[in-house]
Amino acid sequence: MKLAVVTAGLTQPSSTRLLADRLAEAVTHRTATATGTGTRTGTENGTGTETESGTEVRVIELRDLAVDIANNFVTGFPNGRLREAIAAVTEADGLIAVTPIFSGSYSGLFKSFFDVLDNTALTGKPVLIAATGGTARHSLALEHALRPLFAYLRAVVVPTAVYAASEDWGCGQDAFTDGLGERIGRAADELAGLLTHRAPGARRDEGDEEQVVPFEQQLAALRPVE
Amino acid sequence: MVTKVQFGIFSVGDVTTDPTTGRTPTEHERIKAMVTIALKAEEVGLDVFATGEHHNPPFVPSSPTTMLGYIAARTERLQLSTATTLITTNDPVKIAEDFAMLQHLADGRVDLMLGRGNTGPVYPWFGQDIRQGIPLAIENYALLHRLWREDVVDWEGRFRTPLQGFTSTPRPLDGVAPFVWHGSIRSPEIAEQAAYYGDGFFANNIFWPKEHFIRLISLYRQRYAHYGHGTPEQAVVGLGGQVFIRKNSQDAIREFRPYFDVAPVYGHGPSLEEFMAETPLTVGSPQQVIDRTLEFREYFGDYQRQLFLMDHAGLPLKTVLEQLDLLGEEVVPVLRAEFAKNRPAEVPGAPTHASLLAAKNEAEPVGA
Repeated sequence: MKLAVVTAGLTQPSSTRLLADRLAEAVTHRTATATGTGTRTGTENGTGTETESGTEVRVIELRDLAVDIANNFVTGFPNGRLREAIAAVTEADGLIAVTPIFSGSYSGLFKSFFDVLDNTALTGKPVLIAATGGTARHSLALEHALRPLFAYLRAVVVPTAVYAASEDWGCGQDAFTDGLGERIGRAADELAGLLTHRAPGARRDEGDEEQVVPFEQQLAALRPVE
Repeated sequence: MVTKVQFGIFSVGDVTTDPTTGRTPTEHERIKAMVTIALKAEEVGLDVFATGEHHNPPFVPSSPTTMLGYIAARTERLQLSTATTLITTNDPVKIAEDFAMLQHLADGRVDLMLGRGNTGPVYPWFGQDIRQGIPLAIENYALLHRLWREDVVDWEGRFRTPLQGFTSTPRPLDGVAPFVWHGSIRSPEIAEQAAYYGDGFFANNIFWPKEHFIRLISLYRQRYAHYGHGTPEQAVVGLGGQVFIRKNSQDAIREFRPYFDVAPVYGHGPSLEEFMAETPLTVGSPQQVIDRTLEFREYFGDYQRQLFLMDHAGLPLKTVLEQLDLLGEEVVPVLRAEFAKNRPAEVPGAPTHASLLAAKNEAEPVGA
């Protein structure tokens, strides 16, 4: 099973990456438990090391691809490095997408990456959305910005979206809300559930050959209606 | 009938400010420059000149058969073509008439490349709907194909007014329709269309990495054989390419970089070096251009036509003419010799009027 993790944090180290890693770990732990297998962790370069087999995690740091993504807008095609990242997301069985919240929404870099994907790349794919920010006041950006973006791309977005404000890294649950750990667990349960039980078809392999509709069918579709 | 691999140039016809001088040619200067470039192509021994078709500034070639007719009158050998003729927004009846007329005037030295066009507003300007791009290309060509092969056509389709008892005049020269190439940057439907008719398929091969075009061309070759026109290796493939040549490569890089950096299509993006690594653009010495172009054959198989983009991004006419001297004198003769080596006898060169006429006479002997 392949899990892609897209993280749009800009600092190094980044709390966005931290949240992405915690989510990925929680999800792979659950899929391994569900299928009785282990986890394989990949780096940004795709040089993952097999641990016990099972879920292969590929983390894509958009910061490293920022210039490549901008160049794709200018030239109209992705260069080799970006092509590889796009393929990893397109071919994954599930996706965790994490962005910092800027000006009330996902960051421009985060949106730009999803703009250069093929518009069917995420169709039917289970996606967990998450975001980070300085205060909890921006948390609904997940519901008002990220969820519609992935709904437009016809992804299957899990019900729990995880927001981590700075303060969340230093406190637990209170009387009113679950703590970050509980929310990560709930979202991971939902994504792992989809990954282990979902119907086939979400994963799209980038084949080497073009598919084509036979020409007679293309012509027939144009014949005037009698 | 012996045919050969054709080498030539294709022009977008853009009016672009020269970034090194700040000077912008007038439309008149650019149109005359395109003609001068075409005449130079014949002079240096190239086989083909192809013009684009555009209906918006900063491009000048809105009327390709007018320009090609003028060039036909001033050349002897040069094959005249387009890159591309808009099959979506032109009336297929007018394409049939215009190119048959040009074919007569040029004594058969005419073929054309069909494309859908990449400028959204051209569709509504010509009364069409861009969402119907592929269906328009398929239906319009189905009609064009019949107009050149059947003397009297009854026709009804989805996009154009019906025809009853229509004869497109003049009839094609010697009863042989101009050869058609289908150009596509990304649509497998167009590769399928070219294969179905046994027409040529042209991959622009400029703005995308080669892997992308390898997929399209291999689909075309396989479907060409599927439809019974020959083996996959015999399918008629054309490729674009983009080069800037100087005797020594450092001079080529130094001179071309300012044009590349602000070029309308890909400027302000990746570095020249990165773009050369990712796409077939070659800036360097004649030998580097030769080596890179020979790689095309390895990637795409033996092919029939190679066109280079030489006159864009504001390059001054004088520079373009120098480029053509280098291309014609130092690059193409070597490519011709190398392409001929180990080329299987059953793989033809590019179709010409003479080869198509010979094939027609073989199929239906005169007087039989």
